[in-house]
Amino acid sequence: MKSSSKPVFECAGVHIHIGEKEVVKGVDLTVLPGEIHAIMGPNGSGKSTLANGLMGHPAYAVEGAIRLAGEDVAAMTPDEKARKGMFLAFQYPVAVPGVTVASFLRAAVSAVRGAEIPVREFRKEMLARMEDLEMDPAFAGRYLNDGFSGGEKKRVEILQLLMLKPRFALLDETDSGLDIDALKVVAKGINGAVSRETGLVLVTHYQRLLNYVQPHVVHVFMGGRIVRTGGPELALELEERGYDWLEPVAAATGGA
Amino acid sequence: MASTPTVADIGTDYATRYGFRDPEEYFLRSPKGLSHEVVEMISRLKKEPEWMREFRHKALEIFLAKPMPTWGDTAMLAEIDFDEITYYVRATEKQEKSWDDVPDNVKRTFDRLGIPEAERKFLAGVSAQYESEVVYHSVKEELTKQGVIFLDMDSGLREHEQLVREHFATVIPAADNKFAALNSAVWSGGSFIYVPKNTEVAIPLQAYFRINAERMGQFERTLIIADEGSKVHYIEGCTAPVYSTHSLHSAVVELIAKRGARIRYTTIQNWANNIYNLVTKRAVAFEDAVVEWVDGNIGSKLTMKYPAIFLRGERAHGEVLSIAFAGPGQHQDAGAKAVHLAPNTTSKITSKSISKGTGRSSYRGLVKVRKGAHGCRTAVQCDALLIGEKARTDTYPTMEIAEDQVRIEHEARVSKLGDEQLFYLRSRGLTEDQARLMIVNGFIEPFVKELPMEYAVELNRLIELEMEGSVG
Repeated sequence: MKSSSKPVFECAGVHIHIGEKEVVKGVDLTVLPGEIHAIMGPNGSGKSTLANGLMGHPAYAVEGAIRLAGEDVAAMTPDEKARKGMFLAFQYPVAVPGVTVASFLRAAVSAVRGAEIPVREFRKEMLARMEDLEMDPAFAGRYLNDGFSGGEKKRVEILQLLMLKPRFALLDETDSGLDIDALKVVAKGINGAVSRETGLVLVTHYQRLLNYVQPHVVHVFMGGRIVRTGGPELALELEERGYDWLEPVAAATGGA
Repeated sequence: MASTPTVADIGTDYATRYGFRDPEEYFLRSPKGLSHEVVEMISRLKKEPEWMREFRHKALEIFLAKPMPTWGDTAMLAEIDFDEITYYVRATEKQEKSWDDVPDNVKRTFDRLGIPEAERKFLAGVSAQYESEVVYHSVKEELTKQGVIFLDMDSGLREHEQLVREHFATVIPAADNKFAALNSAVWSGGSFIYVPKNTEVAIPLQAYFRINAERMGQFERTLIIADEGSKVHYIEGCTAPVYSTHSLHSAVVELIAKRGARIRYTTIQNWANNIYNLVTKRAVAFEDAVVEWVDGNIGSKLTMKYPAIFLRGERAHGEVLSIAFAGPGQHQDAGAKAVHLAPNTTSKITSKSISKGTGRSSYRGLVKVRKGAHGCRTAVQCDALLIGEKARTDTYPTMEIAEDQVRIEHEARVSKLGDEQLFYLRSRGLTEDQARLMIVNGFIEPFVKELPMEYAVELNRLIELEMEGSVG
């Protein structure tokens, strides 16, 4: 799957402040086309802040370089980034009452593809992707994330991933709150979104999603930094040993 | 993108869109201010029966004696100068029978509102009120055949005096409140509807109202009687032009749903932001009757309106579904009342409000269950959406429950059009404006879907949210 062409995503020297507090303390990351990266770390390490900050969360102050397929997107708004082909699957997607999944998706697809998509064509595509994710077609008529279970929200995030076909996607804790069957379906969806041209970063606490979505690169994220980078075997090691053994490493790299 | 209106634009181009106005050409208008002479003049001009003349004078006494409300936006209410208002203006000499006979300047106003076209398409009867007198009024043959009466209130009184006398002011007596008294004294126009037993009016009856004279009050009076087992849907929509000084609109609407009857009353009001809209709306529902108020309030300086349903017969059901949009400087004080007087009656109140900028919305509601009215159920839901840091919303729910065997639900929710929602939608490629529109449209969706299609479109236009394009 790996290719040696230029990175689909790069960031360098990324620092993120929430208010006065520095949560992300210098992150460099390069994702090549066709690659799947996993960023693993304990709760509170700042990995969700990293994902949201890279997408452009309005409450976060982000410094550093961010490039999407070579283009500097650091100063872009979230919607500009999305239209350039960047995507974030949210850990806690918010509800938008009164707006159906279908009408939301159609607006999003039209925005990202830069042209109004005809209703019939859109519906056909949406229903096919929903079938892939084993979703009841009735879902399309429900209000976006309004009263959805955790698992339903995650499926809808993946449905968006499949419909928007981003070049680069960040998936923030997409595996949390899923039972094993749902996890398999979601993993199938994620694998379906991967191609030679795309890059994917899975942000996760646990290794279990990685049983179904094979990462090429695994990063350990602690204390606002990447403290170690390795292959898939690193994820297994974390599963066995937890994060504690890496504390000294985190402390060492944290000494500024 | 440039042509997509933003939420910030809502109401700002009101003057160019809806603010056209005709030079005032009136055959008759009363002198400014309120007196027994003015009341006498109105009644005599209308050649009313003695009982109505007396009713008006008595109502004026009540109005003069009653203090201004001590609740609600008392500061705004105190700004009304009753001496500066013209209480009666008549646009044309007599009632017009067909569209061709309507004077050109009046017609122009309607043209710009799209009335004739709407009429051609599917209006059963249009009662378009221009100033205080209904100038154009057509009732389709179908209705006449069914025995349905659909007239302006003045004609109703002339042609069906006994029916009017029997019901007029029985639901809302003149002494009900200061503004009901005012309306009772100087009322003019409005609709009178009678639907005979077991008759179903298939098409919604519609009326269009406009205020066109500066500092002129409009005091229409509507009475709808749905006889046993009948069914009717009445729709009123209002668009007023922009004026610099304050206008007062104070209507009284009475609905009577007899045994097993069903009335739905839909209002979309979009007043210019200098208008006081102080309306009394009340319905009585007898055994097994259903009354629904669907009430949309946009614009005005101050709206005070609490559609009420008195559930007088067993198993009667009442619903109030309302939406209020308070733009900068506006106060929407709206709500609902459900009074359960009989056992096993049910009610549902859904109130949604949007406050933007310095806009302020208040929900004021009353749910009352009388002793002995066992087995009642009521559900109240208030949702407020705030746009901007200065927007304000308040909730004043009152519950007076004198019976144990009842089920009461009350739910109130305030949400801010917040960063998290915007970020979520923007991360999917929607611009900030598109994202805002989507959130607002979603918020009003439960209301919009209750409207007939053309009114849903009208509502969207009125609050200048273009569903198409932003929602798809």
